[in-house]
Amino acid sequence: MAKSVEDLPYIPLMSESSAVNKTGVWRVIRPIVNQEECNQCYTCWKFCPDVAIQIDEEGNILIDYDHCKGCGICEAVCPKNCIEMVKEE
Amino acid sequence: MAKLTIPQEELMSSGHIGCLGCGATLAMRYLLKALGKRTMVTIPAGCIAIMSGIYPRSFLKVPLLDVAFETTAASASGIRAALDAKGIKDVYVVGFGGDGGTADIGIQALSGTAERGDNIIYVMYDNEAYMNTGIQRSSATPFGAWTTTTPVGTTGDFKKRPKKNMVEIMVAHDIPYAATASVSYPEDFVKKVQKAKDMDGTKFFHVFSPCPTGWRFSPEMTIQMGVLAYQTTVFPMYEVENGVYRVTKKPAKRKPVTEYLKLQGRFKHLDDETIEIIQKNVDKNWEMLLAKAEFTKKYAE
Ligand SMILES: Cc1ncc(C[n+]2csc(CCOP(=O)(O)OP(=O)(O)O)c2C)c(N)n1
Ligand code: SF4
Repeated sequence: MAKSVEDLPYIPLMSESSAVNKTGVWRVIRPIVNQEECNQCYTCWKFCPDVAIQIDEEGNILIDYDHCKGCGICEAVCPKNCIEMVKEE
Repeated sequence: MAKLTIPQEELMSSGHIGCLGCGATLAMRYLLKALGKRTMVTIPAGCIAIMSGIYPRSFLKVPLLDVAFETTAASASGIRAALDAKGIKDVYVVGFGGDGGTADIGIQALSGTAERGDNIIYVMYDNEAYMNTGIQRSSATPFGAWTTTTPVGTTGDFKKRPKKNMVEIMVAHDIPYAATASVSYPEDFVKKVQKAKDMDGTKFFHVFSPCPTGWRFSPEMTIQMGVLAYQTTVFPMYEVENGVYRVTKKPAKRKPVTEYLKLQGRFKHLDDETIEIIQKNVDKNWEMLLAKAEFTKKYAE
């Protein structure tokens, strides 16, 4: 980040990733994945508008709670019904 | 571990500030998956322009240019001209605008780009109104919809004109490729982009992007909304390659439009008579599309 006006480029450049926005704080309901039931079809990964679902080396689904806003799409599209939305404490 | 049905690489970042369940961001995510890293994107005002959050953040991992509302296509043409001047051939240039920024405000620049045949990809993400400024009617808002400028109230003043058909307008420019796509069918969208990306000339995509905020439905239903739009043929899936129409996905049995309309607050004022008008119009458009596909088939190379 620039410290003063002099440090700013003449042409405004977007130099930082939006990932610094921790949009997870918006969330009021939280997706919980039942890993036992999950058959790793990745339908939830495919439809996440927040790029907040990752696939780890073992092929498991990982929810990125720093960025997940709790829209509930993953729960709605999961063909195995193994994602549950629960109220944030 | 199942095989992924779309490319794994993410060129859109998390932390964008779109609403919960925003369809427009899915359109961007899939588009970049289809095109890969060597892509430049130019965007006008609209929801897509605020996604990055405050300066100097960007929600894309590829170069992103923010331009004035009416200049998306012109700026894409300019980027292409600059790349050509520098001898850079392996970069895809994308203009990515909302329905207001495309079907209304940016249509002149887009028409110019298409008529010149500039080698760019234009994507209209269609949330069917000016959402970023608070749900004002655009020419892509469908007949019957409530918006803040078609406010219904006691006078029944919903939108009385049908949705502007942007694919037809682009086809009339004799461009190599124009298609519809939906965020509910990413494989179909990615396939179309990959098919068209290396064609020379202007390529146009009309992408159905449900908006929970503006359409008044609960955010987890975004994907379902696209599925119903397809199954009712309110928004059919097709492509037009050098004037030849092809329906790329056909629902086994068409559902009545009410199944789509009844889930959205923006249509809740509609009476049976008005729904009948909508159904008739959807039927007509669907039959005309099938007829066009049948008639133009003989011109396929
Ligand atoms: C020339 C000009 N007029 C008006 C505006 C105000 N404005 C900013 S975003 C926006 C709405 C954009 O609507 P649309 O293109 O449909 O995209 P959406 O917000 O729905 O994603 C408007 C009217 C502007 N930025 N520039
Ligand atoms: S208003 Fe609609 S299109 Fe805009 S960010 Fe919200 S959900 Fe997305």
